[in-house]
Amino acid sequence: MSTATFERGYSALKEQIDTSIASYLQSCVHCGMCADACLFYTETGNPKYTPIYKLGPLKKVWEQEYTLLGRLKVKWGWSKPLTDADLAEWKEYVYDSCTMCGRCSMVCPVGNDLVYMIRKTREGLAAAGHAPEGLIGATTRAVKIGSPMGVKWPAVLAQIKHVEKSTGLQIPVDQANVDYLVLMSSMEVMNFPEYMEAIAKIMKSVGKTWTISSEAFEATNSGIQIGASDIAKEIVSRIVNAAEKLQVKTVISPECGHAYMAIRWEGPNLIGRPFKFKVQHILEILDDLRDQGKLKVDGTLEEARLTFHDPCQIARRGGVLQQPRNLLKMVAKNFVEMEDHGQMNWCCGGGGGVSAIEESHELRTTVFKRKKSQLDALKVEKLVTACANCRIIMEEGMEAYQMEMPMVGLTEMLAEHLPETT
Amino acid sequence: MTSADFLLMVRGPAFHLATAIFIFGILWRILEILSLGQPREHAAVRALGISGGFRTIVRRFVPAPGVFKRSMFIILAGYLFHAGFLISLFLFDPHILLFKETLGISWPGLPAPLINVSTLLGIFAMIALLINRLTHPVLKFLSGLEDYLSWTVTFLPLVTGYIAFQHLLQPYPLALALHILSIELLMIVLPFTKLMHTLTFLIARWTTGSRAAQRGIEV
Amino acid sequence: MTQSNLIKNRGYHFLPQQEEILMSIPPTIGDSLRKQGLSRREFLKFCATAASLMALPPTMIPRIAEALENTPRQSVIWLSFQECTGCTESLTRAHAPTIENLIFNMISLDYHHTLQAASGDAAEKARAEAMKANHGNYLLVVDGSIPLGNPGYSTIAGISNQDMLHEVASGAKAIIAVGTCAAFGGLPYAYPNPTGAVSVQELIRDKPIVNVPGCPPIPVVISSIVAHYVTLGTLPQLDSLKRPMPFYGQNIHDRCYRRHFYHRGKFAETFDDEGAKQGWCLYKLGCKGPVTYNACAVLKWNDATSFPIESGHGCLGCSEPNFWDAGSFYKALSIPTAGVATAASYATVGGVAIGVVAGIRNRQQKTFAQQHHQTVTVDDLERK
Repeated sequence: MSTATFERGYSALKEQIDTSIASYLQSCVHCGMCADACLFYTETGNPKYTPIYKLGPLKKVWEQEYTLLGRLKVKWGWSKPLTDADLAEWKEYVYDSCTMCGRCSMVCPVGNDLVYMIRKTREGLAAAGHAPEGLIGATTRAVKIGSPMGVKWPAVLAQIKHVEKSTGLQIPVDQANVDYLVLMSSMEVMNFPEYMEAIAKIMKSVGKTWTISSEAFEATNSGIQIGASDIAKEIVSRIVNAAEKLQVKTVISPECGHAYMAIRWEGPNLIGRPFKFKVQHILEILDDLRDQGKLKVDGTLEEARLTFHDPCQIARRGGVLQQPRNLLKMVAKNFVEMEDHGQMNWCCGGGGGVSAIEESHELRTTVFKRKKSQLDALKVEKLVTACANCRIIMEEGMEAYQMEMPMVGLTEMLAEHLPETT
Repeated sequence: MTSADFLLMVRGPAFHLATAIFIFGILWRILEILSLGQPREHAAVRALGISGGFRTIVRRFVPAPGVFKRSMFIILAGYLFHAGFLISLFLFDPHILLFKETLGISWPGLPAPLINVSTLLGIFAMIALLINRLTHPVLKFLSGLEDYLSWTVTFLPLVTGYIAFQHLLQPYPLALALHILSIELLMIVLPFTKLMHTLTFLIARWTTGSRAAQRGIEV
Repeated sequence: MTQSNLIKNRGYHFLPQQEEILMSIPPTIGDSLRKQGLSRREFLKFCATAASLMALPPTMIPRIAEALENTPRQSVIWLSFQECTGCTESLTRAHAPTIENLIFNMISLDYHHTLQAASGDAAEKARAEAMKANHGNYLLVVDGSIPLGNPGYSTIAGISNQDMLHEVASGAKAIIAVGTCAAFGGLPYAYPNPTGAVSVQELIRDKPIVNVPGCPPIPVVISSIVAHYVTLGTLPQLDSLKRPMPFYGQNIHDRCYRRHFYHRGKFAETFDDEGAKQGWCLYKLGCKGPVTYNACAVLKWNDATSFPIESGHGCLGCSEPNFWDAGSFYKALSIPTAGVATAASYATVGGVAIGVVAGIRNRQQKTFAQQHHQTVTVDDLERK
């Protein structure tokens, strides 16, 4: 039986290092600006949460494997080689205190994409058996059960029935040659069925055909959160297979940050070839439809003063920035931006799998102060976002700080403003 | 050895040695980095990465929105130091003559009093940066021998240059020789420390920028 | 025409007295000066000038006057080794009546094989007599370097330069090394130094030495040192290269009348451009003023008429050690003494070679890791 070993982790790190990483590690001047960009540092003041410090193991492997001087340094005893204890220690920095939000990558003066490296470092820690238990559990469930939350198809089917009943619309399942294959995160299935309802209403309104696949309903991918590409590949392959089998033109990534990253950007690289279908985020789809004049609203506007929380993987890392703003303008009268928004938005504190890590629960609450102060400064009454995970985490945070603020998914909000059809 | 002999040594054999190590080290280190290769992008890209990479090389000279406020000291001091150092290095006439002689290209310089100002700016900014490094919780924590070594070999040319220019150390040939020697030290140390960022930041920014541009993001 | 007549025709009028001096030495400098019809006023004026040149306080003027008045003329033996006679030319090129030739009245030049009328055995006899008569008290002036490669490279009356220097130096009170050759080796010492030339200070360690470098040195410097020695019985304050501080304390650049152009970044780019015509700084044309310690910019040459920079040519740095080997005279100080192309090309080849080797190894390492990748399944995520 195979097991995680330090050697496997070490080798995984070796596999990951490319020219960009080597140039990043070589270029870092220890200016400390990444710390100022990281909410885990700004809210705790703990220097160990400085993003570049979190990459210690990767830097060591690069030095001692891919630089002549580094090899000599180890040989001559000037520097200590990477140990298993190092990897164990870094678990806290690579997983518990990093949501892979990528804000640090925006500020680095030499241009280091730090979060790219965190993602790669996780490969090493995962293969060495130093991934957090919570993430291991989620990943195991994702592979063995089909969803990180343990949601099985019958549960989805039950929700479908429920939605069909409440909307009076039919939810297509496993239909081939439709326009869209709609994915969901199990959070949406279990906690926010409003999303499915919204999709059903919008699709009807714009006249597009769509389906849910019984073989690949789950959009999330614990494999990329834990940092195990082999597992991530397995998970994403389900979607690829289903989409190709059903011959859909476009797969819609739901309101979930890392799912978009997993399918849209990492997916083709994980399976090693381009997809035969398009992948778009639901907000991209909606904005395109708006642009084409197909998505119409009833003209009523939300009165509440509201703001939009950009999910990191969709906005900063995914490139869906303008679309939510275009859509919000259709339905909101008092839309205001947070001081740091769009590409520079602050993370909710629970992305990158952190929401699944029990050990970081307290830390997560501490760093939510950042989002809280952003919201407090704006004095908004409502918060709109496009990621179910952000939503859960922010609900948790607001509860901890006794904040009262309704939160809503953008798709859902749009669905409420569709013109009445008879 | 008299100061005149010392000056001859640093202007002659020592400069040759330093130049050789500088070129040798840079080529070696760059090839070491490039050899690792970049993974192929299979995802359907929104834009070409090549031009995006170059845009990021330029764009990163300006801090992203909101960043200046948060990291004001390091950005200001960092900019002042880099500006002071680079102006003094590239726009002082005697230096330009060196570039003209060794590289065959030249450009107009600035009057000496302005170089004086830029050097002083560089010196004060570097002192401030060192104090910051020694006191800021993050920098104190991150910094090691290499950081202080890099600071020293970068600081010495500025301060010896100023001393030589202002004749604060006599005889002048000694002051000039120490200045040239400090540059040689910098050239020798550069390829093997974080000072390589002077070149590798281009690769770093380009790879980051091109990857982001493929995703339709301007970083 | 005799040699003394030649010199006389140049307006140099103390030399015809040389033979007379040898025969009957006037008791004091004062006698000698008066004999030439120098008035008291002129004499005091000279004393004042000498004091100011030597950076002595005005209170010293009466003392200089008194000393010069009453001191017997100093015996000087002048040895010329591997030299070009430029230093002697410089000294004799003075315009009469000047301090230089007045100073020459302060000394009794007992041996100088270029200037003395005597030759052969008579000349050598004069040297021997002077050495004997003033043993331990005479000043030794040397111009030219001393070849150690082969004693036959330079001899005087069959005596090698090295032997003669040692012989004469042994009885000298102090030595003045005149010119860059005597002071630092000069041109003969320049790479590859075929004669194995050395400076005086390389050979003589047990006598006070003053270096008066320059190719040639400024004449008044030599005479002022003699005045200082005669007056105070000591040598002037010297720098680390044994050069008298009053003359070599500051570099040409700092005293150069063109220095403000340097600061404003106004440089002549060629010898005939507008900048050159406007008298801009000659740094880019290779002026070594910044590293050359001498008084040219202040005292100037040819009766304070001009100095090289004033006539449009950069300073060569002739009073500095090894100036001949310090790269081209026409390349700026900030330029390395020789091209770096060879070093750079070797380094390029070497850097690429090691880079390629390291790069191939990196690729092998990475490929090896990728080829031996064990698929991570959910069962592998924990240690078992």
